[in-house]
Amino acid sequence: MRSKSVVALTGVFALALYSSMAIGSKYNLPEPQSVIAKDIYDQHIVLMWICLVIFIGVFGVMFYSILKHRKSLGYKAANFHHSTAVEVIWTVIPCIILVVMALPATKTVIAMKDTSNPDMTIKATGYQWMWGYDYLQGEGEGISFFSKLSTPKSQVENKEPKGENYLLEVDNRVVVPAGKRIRIILTANDVIHAWWVPALGVKQDAIPGFIRDTWFTADKPGIYRGQCAELCGKDHGYMPIVVEVLEAGEYAKWVAAQTKNSAVKTSMHVTK
Amino acid sequence: MAAVHGDAHSHGHDDHHPSGIMRWITTTNHKDIGTMYLWFSFAMFLVGGTLAMGIRAELFQPGIQILEPELFNQFTTLHGLIMVFGAIMPAFVGFANWQVPLMIGAPDMAFARMNNWSFWLLPVAATLLVSSFFVPGGAAAGGWTFYPPLSTQGGLGVDLMIFAVHILGASSIMGSINIITTILNMRAPGMTLMKMPMFVWTWLITAYLLVLVMPVLAGTVTMLLTDRHFGTSFFNAAGGGDPVMFQHIFWFFGHPEVYIMILPSFGIVSEVIPTFSRKPLFGYSSMVYATASIAILSCVVWAHHMFTAGMPTVGQLFFMYATMLIAVPTGVKVFNWTATMWRGSMTFETPMLFAIGFIFLFVIGGFSGVICAIVPIDIQVQDTYYVIAHFHYVLVSGSLFALFAGAYYWIPKWTGRMYNETLGKWHFWLSMFFFNLTFFVQHFLGLAGMPRRIPDYNLQFADFNMVSSIGAFGFGLTQLLFLYVMINCIRSGEKAPQKPWDGATTLEWTHLPTPAPYHSFEKPPVVN
Repeated sequence: MRSKSVVALTGVFALALYSSMAIGSKYNLPEPQSVIAKDIYDQHIVLMWICLVIFIGVFGVMFYSILKHRKSLGYKAANFHHSTAVEVIWTVIPCIILVVMALPATKTVIAMKDTSNPDMTIKATGYQWMWGYDYLQGEGEGISFFSKLSTPKSQVENKEPKGENYLLEVDNRVVVPAGKRIRIILTANDVIHAWWVPALGVKQDAIPGFIRDTWFTADKPGIYRGQCAELCGKDHGYMPIVVEVLEAGEYAKWVAAQTKNSAVKTSMHVTK
Repeated sequence: MAAVHGDAHSHGHDDHHPSGIMRWITTTNHKDIGTMYLWFSFAMFLVGGTLAMGIRAELFQPGIQILEPELFNQFTTLHGLIMVFGAIMPAFVGFANWQVPLMIGAPDMAFARMNNWSFWLLPVAATLLVSSFFVPGGAAAGGWTFYPPLSTQGGLGVDLMIFAVHILGASSIMGSINIITTILNMRAPGMTLMKMPMFVWTWLITAYLLVLVMPVLAGTVTMLLTDRHFGTSFFNAAGGGDPVMFQHIFWFFGHPEVYIMILPSFGIVSEVIPTFSRKPLFGYSSMVYATASIAILSCVVWAHHMFTAGMPTVGQLFFMYATMLIAVPTGVKVFNWTATMWRGSMTFETPMLFAIGFIFLFVIGGFSGVICAIVPIDIQVQDTYYVIAHFHYVLVSGSLFALFAGAYYWIPKWTGRMYNETLGKWHFWLSMFFFNLTFFVQHFLGLAGMPRRIPDYNLQFADFNMVSSIGAFGFGLTQLLFLYVMINCIRSGEKAPQKPWDGATTLEWTHLPTPAPYHSFEKPPVVN
């Protein structure tokens, strides 16, 4: 009993160590900034461990066999060719492992798909090649703007050194308050695009003529960057998404500043 | 069908068949046609590979250097189409043409003339695809999956692609009907279904999948064509259609297609592993059932390619569970191969190396497949380099490595000569090294957030992209070594004995001289 708990504890520590090392590294998903992103991150880590254990098991056996059961070592071949018991076992065990994998995933799927009771609703529209945002409901209702890549062409053409946020910077960021449930409604004007912000665990296609939705709640203020994830033509690589998460007070100030400029926005709305 | 059997070797015509180019144009001989399929697919492999080199050259550094974004998209699109339809699929049909009659003791394919036609359609389709680079507007640039409305926007290149897909589909359907008929009707006396070599079994199941899904692909590209030119709105929301319906129809073809490209590989590996382990295949019947279950399951998992398209919760859960289930029969196969090697008496000639390399890397691709099947994780990795890494692990180190294993395994029987073992091993180890250099790092790129199909990227992705490009150039060059080994074998290899592999047990080794004569099994062998 004692040795069992020691083993379990060691396992948990190893897992925690590995997970903390991996956070923020370039070898893993970005540091999660929402409940869903955290779930995804953790499930991915657990799956990697399961895969690693199976991998070591299967290839441990195979490479042992490759090393020992060689003709050059004079090993004589056995002649067995089936064993119902063994075959049943290695069919049933993977099924059990899959159930273990599917259970937490199912919970997360149900949570991801539940877009009810948002604090705010923002419509994102994909264009070739930029995003349009309309704040439909909640604090900031009526705000509307386009969001385009702001990286200068000269950086793309290698005439100037590239900045830190090369291709991941826009003229107008989507600004949202921290800790609020934000529902994003998506559609597109021309072809299919996809709205993706990895740190928030959100990716949803924007489909012309149809409405799709998704949601996120950002844990803390910060700037989170993503890109269009569905091939949408020539400048598919040049329509980033930048979400700026502010504290409630800061957000209210931003809304006030935007509403002052409503004349500009209205004219933008008309040109759409 | 006894009549077919009788007619196929009516005597006399083998003595005065045309020579020179007319021999190849008019041939109805399964060996000639198999050879043409294999050379054609290798040529297409080089064309598709050249496109890949262009892609990796552009991605070597951030910024736009070589390919403008529009041309870059044409390269990725045609790379995918040419590799899938021009290289991998015809290569497997080539193997089927050569090996199915030899392994079941039949004199030829059931429909010998149709066999000729199904091959000669391919160069036509390939010409359409390759020449589309030179028409106004350039080649199709909407990805090999050509989702509308983007593919509705393209120019003449898209139409050429649509016709090419039609022709390739017709060729595949004819080829698979031929294979099904041959296997079901022309087996040697005594060879019951459950005594067939695994390669034949996997091709029988693959051929059924092809007949099931190629018409679906033909249908969907036709709908795209009429949307583009004849005013229909199947996939246009403004006219009452639905762009997502295209994705459903496309992937109803597309997912079984994935297994069309991997099941015959399972077959080749299931021949190679027992031969070089000098031990019968472990769990033959469970292998057959596993192959059949994979084929059936592959028809009900298509929407896992569309988890981010938006579908009801129940839909996402169904497709997640069904997809995960495929891991079970696939796992059974891997365990069976391991058990076949266990307590065998192994040697490691090039075919065996490629077969083991296949299992090792295919399992990695299988793991990333399970990870992609989990909806929440897929939401993160969908349309990123993670998916690119995943499917190259199953398509390159899966299908392609199995094709190499098969080529080295059967080339002595086909040509009567041995390949150079040292060079073959170099080919394997270099492929193994450069393949992993190219694609393993792409897992990291995808997780860190690099989308696929982009010509330019943020600086955080720069190191791994450079590593990946270096790997890709190395992998590309290594394949020229394969070409050299094969030509060297055909022209000046050492004479091969009837059975160069002492563990081989199938009919082509036990009953036929080396090289296999132009007409073989004119009298069917008797199988115990």
